[in-house]
Amino acid sequence: MTLAASILAGDRLSLARLLTQVENDSPEGRAALTDLFPHTGRAHLVGVTGAPGTGKSSLVNQLALHYRKQADQRVAVVAVDPSSPFTGGAVLGDRVRMRDLSGDPNVFIRSMASRGSLGGLAQATAGMVQVFDAAGFDVILIETVGAGQSEVDIARLAHTTLVVEAPGLGDDIQAIKAGILEIADILVINKADRPGVENTERALKSTLELAHPAQRVFRHHGQYMSVAVDLPIDKQMWIPPIQKTVSTEGRGIPELVEAIARHAEHLRSSGDWAARERARLEVELEMLIQEALVARFSASVPPQKIQQTVERMAKRDLSPWEAANFLMNGASE
Amino acid sequence: MSEKKIRVLVAKPGLDGHDRGAKVVARALRDAGMEVIYTGLRQTPEMIAEAALQEDVDVVGLSILSGAHMALAPRILDLLKANGQTHVKVFLGGIIPDEDLPRLKEMGVTGVYGPGANTEDIINDIRGALAEKA
Repeated sequence: MTLAASILAGDRLSLARLLTQVENDSPEGRAALTDLFPHTGRAHLVGVTGAPGTGKSSLVNQLALHYRKQADQRVAVVAVDPSSPFTGGAVLGDRVRMRDLSGDPNVFIRSMASRGSLGGLAQATAGMVQVFDAAGFDVILIETVGAGQSEVDIARLAHTTLVVEAPGLGDDIQAIKAGILEIADILVINKADRPGVENTERALKSTLELAHPAQRVFRHHGQYMSVAVDLPIDKQMWIPPIQKTVSTEGRGIPELVEAIARHAEHLRSSGDWAARERARLEVELEMLIQEALVARFSASVPPQKIQQTVERMAKRDLSPWEAANFLMNGASE
Repeated sequence: MSEKKIRVLVAKPGLDGHDRGAKVVARALRDAGMEVIYTGLRQTPEMIAEAALQEDVDVVGLSILSGAHMALAPRILDLLKANGQTHVKVFLGGIIPDEDLPRLKEMGVTGVYGPGANTEDIINDIRGALAEKA
C-alpha cells in the first residue's frame, strides 16, 4: 500500500511518517501530497497567533478538548516553534500545555520547527495541513510561532484566524499599528482574570471602531456629539468579535468555539470561503514557482561565478543591482 | 531547503519533579542542531509513546530520577515496538545504579547517562546510533 493509501485508511504511523517527508520536502512527500490533494478541502483551518506568552498553546489545548467533547470532531494540531538561526536546532515545547489531549485517538498533535521561515509558520506548514485535511480531520488548529507585529502568514493559510492578546502587553497605540491585529477574524483576550483586562478590551474595541465605524463621537467645546456615519453598512461584512477567555480554567471557551463556528458560517454564506481557498492556492502556487525558479537559477550558475561576482561587489566594481542583473542575464554562458 | 533533521523527544516519565537535567540535555541537543520536542513533567509511558509516534522522532530521551527506571523503561520500549517504531533509539538519563546497566542494554536501551555526563558524549552517541541504522 502506498503511504497515501494507508493514510486514507487511517494509519497513524504512516501519517506521522508522511508529515516528516513533507516537512523535509522529499520526493516521496511530494508524490504523496499529489495523491492526497483530491481529498483535501474539507477541514476547517483555524489559525492561532499572538505574542509569546499570551497563552496560545493552552488555548489550543482547550479548544481541542471542547471540539472533542461537545462536537465529536476529529482534531489535528500543528504547533510551530522557532528554529535557532545559528544552529538550526529547536526546542519545541507546545506539547507541554496539551497533555490533556493525550490518549485520544481522534487527536493528533504535531510540533514543527520554523526552519528559517520568518512569517510565523514554517515553509512546510501548508503541506502538513493538507495531509491532515486528507486524513479526515475536521478541525485543524494551527499555532504559529509567538508572533510580534508582522508575522501574518497564518491569515493566508487559515480560514479563521484568532489573534490572542493578554492584559498588560500594549497600549492603544500598539492596537492601531498595522500588522497582526489586522488579520484577526476573532480577537481573543486570554488570561482575562488578570488585572488590566478592561484596558486591553477598550484598546481593541476602539481599534475595531476605527476600522468599522457605525457612528463617530466627537468632543466639541467639552460637549460630546455623535454623528451617524453615512457609509452604506454592508451587512455581509464580518466585524471581528472580542472573546474573553481564561484558558487555564476553560472559561469563555464554549463562546469562542461558537464564534469560530459563526465565522465559518459567514465565510460560507458570503462566498468568502471559496475566495480564501482560491487565494491560498494562488499563494502556494506562487511560492512553489519561486522555489523552482531559484532552484533552476542555482543549477545554471556555477557557484564560483557567484563568488567572483561577490568579490567584484566587495571591490565596489559592481553595484548590487548590476551584479544581480549580470547573473540573471546569462552569466552562465 | 530539503534536509533531514534529527528529531528527539525528551520526556520525564514517572513522578519525580526534577527536570533540570532534562532541560540541560534538551538545550544541548538544540545547540547541536537537533529538533527537540519537550513534553514536560509526569508523563505516563503511554503519553510518551503516543508523542513519539505523532512526532515521528528518531530518538527518545528519558530522564528518570525516581528509581523507577526498571519499571518505566521496558514499558516504554514495549509500547514503541507495539506502535511499529522499532527504529527509535532510546536513551536514559538520571540516577541509574551500575548494576542495572546490563539489563537495560539487554532490553534495548541504547545509552545511559548519570550525573556529570558530558553533553558532547550524548550528542555524539545519538549521531553514532542513528548513523549505524542508516
